[in-house]
Amino acid sequence: MSRFEALTGDNAVAMAMRQVNPDVVAAYPITPQTETVEFFAEYVADGLVNTEFICVESEHSAMSACVGASAAGARVMTATSSQGLALMWEIVYIAASNRCPIVMSLVNRALSAPINIHCDHSDIMGMRDSGWIVLFSENAQEAYDNIIQAVRIGEHPDVLLPVVVCQDGFVTSHGMERVEVFDDEAVKEFVGTYKPRYPLLDIEHPKTLGALDFYDYYYEHKRQQVQAMENATGVILAVAEEFNRKFNRNYGLFETYCLDDAEVAIVVANSTAGTAKVVVDRLRGEGLKVGLLKPRVFRPFPARELVEALKHLKAIAVMDRSISFGAMNNAGPLFLELVAALALHGVRVPIADYVFGLGGRDILPREIESVYRDLLRVAESGRVERLVTYLSVRE
Amino acid sequence: MATKLIPKELAKRPDRLSPGHRLCAGCGASIVVRQMLAAIDAPVVIANATGCLEVATTIYPYTAWRVPWMHNAFENAASTITGIEAAYRSLVRQGKIPEQNVKFIAFGGDGGTYDIGLQALSGAVERGHQFLYVCYNNEAYMNTGIQRSSATPLGAHTTTSPAGEVIPGKQQKRKDLTMIMAAHDIPYVAQAAPSQWRDLMQKTRKAVDCGGAAFMNVLASCNRGWRHATDETVELTQLAVDTCYWPLYEVENGQWRLTYKPKEKLPVEEWLKRQGRFRHLFRPENRHLIDELQAEVDRRWERLLRLCGET
Repeated sequence: MSRFEALTGDNAVAMAMRQVNPDVVAAYPITPQTETVEFFAEYVADGLVNTEFICVESEHSAMSACVGASAAGARVMTATSSQGLALMWEIVYIAASNRCPIVMSLVNRALSAPINIHCDHSDIMGMRDSGWIVLFSENAQEAYDNIIQAVRIGEHPDVLLPVVVCQDGFVTSHGMERVEVFDDEAVKEFVGTYKPRYPLLDIEHPKTLGALDFYDYYYEHKRQQVQAMENATGVILAVAEEFNRKFNRNYGLFETYCLDDAEVAIVVANSTAGTAKVVVDRLRGEGLKVGLLKPRVFRPFPARELVEALKHLKAIAVMDRSISFGAMNNAGPLFLELVAALALHGVRVPIADYVFGLGGRDILPREIESVYRDLLRVAESGRVERLVTYLSVRE
Repeated sequence: MATKLIPKELAKRPDRLSPGHRLCAGCGASIVVRQMLAAIDAPVVIANATGCLEVATTIYPYTAWRVPWMHNAFENAASTITGIEAAYRSLVRQGKIPEQNVKFIAFGGDGGTYDIGLQALSGAVERGHQFLYVCYNNEAYMNTGIQRSSATPLGAHTTTSPAGEVIPGKQQKRKDLTMIMAAHDIPYVAQAAPSQWRDLMQKTRKAVDCGGAAFMNVLASCNRGWRHATDETVELTQLAVDTCYWPLYEVENGQWRLTYKPKEKLPVEEWLKRQGRFRHLFRPENRHLIDELQAEVDRRWERLLRLCGET
């Protein structure tokens, strides 16, 4: 049913792509995503996939070709990072609005300037309002599992939205890990075949796609996108349940770690959640009631479910790997959204934001531990002394 | 292979771009599109760059297109059509859809082609997708209200290169995009005009049957921007051809061929004086611009004759 392999995050994604065997892949190499494109090119060269692999001349064309191919009726995938995503930006919105269920692997990397090839989440946070479903992955295994599930989520008739699967640049993309790889047949069976509803290539039934849409219809089409996003939550959970039944790994909207009886907790996405788990174990060893919540689904934002999971705490820290410049207190986007969710649901837990790791700055267990120790003090005093802290930065 | 071009037969075919669209009376683009699509026997799938042709034919919930058609954005008609074409090849190869000898065509104006979409076009033809890219060239950004493009000729008045008290219209020469595309060494490149409709249709047939990427640059007057009467569209494109401002030729697998040689090469002035956008050039202080334009036309024409082995 499965085997274990030593894979980098990039390789794990390429492996999932090979097994999904999409009809079309259009991609452009960019550090740290490059390996995925290279591995996939090898699969194409070795005849292991049926995919038409379009080696485009830019990421803008990558996403443009993906939209064309998806509208044509193909199952389509791509991969990028940072500046590549920024160059795609215009068409990223068009992909979602045209309801193209494209699956994209995004290896998170800091945005220029200054140019930097290492991890932070400024790339994904820039596209958070574009209409894509956004999934985070702690490690190579989760990236692999999420890519496979993303195909089913995006193509669901009640959703029909593109899905982006994030993993941390270098930390995950280039770190070699033990990854459970399922049998090709099992993946093929799980993803099934894509049955497009209105394919452009249905020559006998010509369709006009991407028409000019004025004030008399545009708004309704946007409202339909909202509906699709609302439908996505249930579909994500249903796909996760089916995935669990078949592959025996449990996914939800987020993962909790030692949270139920915790008094304080950190909310952090992607690879840093893995480091935080080690810190939780260590502090639990000291008898401290600390816990962790690791978001998996960022879009649609599961506000109600998050509040439900966090409302019993005495203090919460959000760790943001990006800054929303000029937003309230120059905090990070994850913090801002969670603060709003808690307020909306009338939950008054003291909460603070810790921005960290910009441009690939290392985040060490002792720094995460310091956040927990801050939280324990806040829990005792009931007062947040510093709303936004920029961890490990020379000021 | 395409059947013989019999106008009587072609005239009986339903238009693939239907009447009722909202392009202006006398618009060159719609003439070019209808004529070209009538020349193709096989099914077609179209990608359209943002521009007049796109906005005026697909105001939701209406469409003037009787064939599969897609608009993505301004600068990416070439990348979009290559995605569609790649999907077709993939799905046919896997037996998911039937082989139907589909022809893939991208339409873009000179803004979407010469300027903002040049990178995507260059990449798409280099990759060797089987498609025809058609630039309907009206020599300015007409959809946004007549702004200069790199296809706009020297001296022309546009809203971003206005003929003012000090500066007499566009200060730069037009880019020769057909030459740039020929330099890509793709199977088929041609320049055409709707006034020579048989030539236009024959080139279209060659282009879609060339087995690879093809590019056609088709002069398509915009009477709003060129400033002429709506019934002079075809006449004015023919004058561009007869002055050798817009020579008709093709480059088929590296072989250059002139497809129309005017009996008498008219002075470019004959073409200029019929258009309001050049009116200021006829003021005495601007005459030198007409001379410069004539020199450019002569030099390019001579070069083309050499390439076509006509000298």
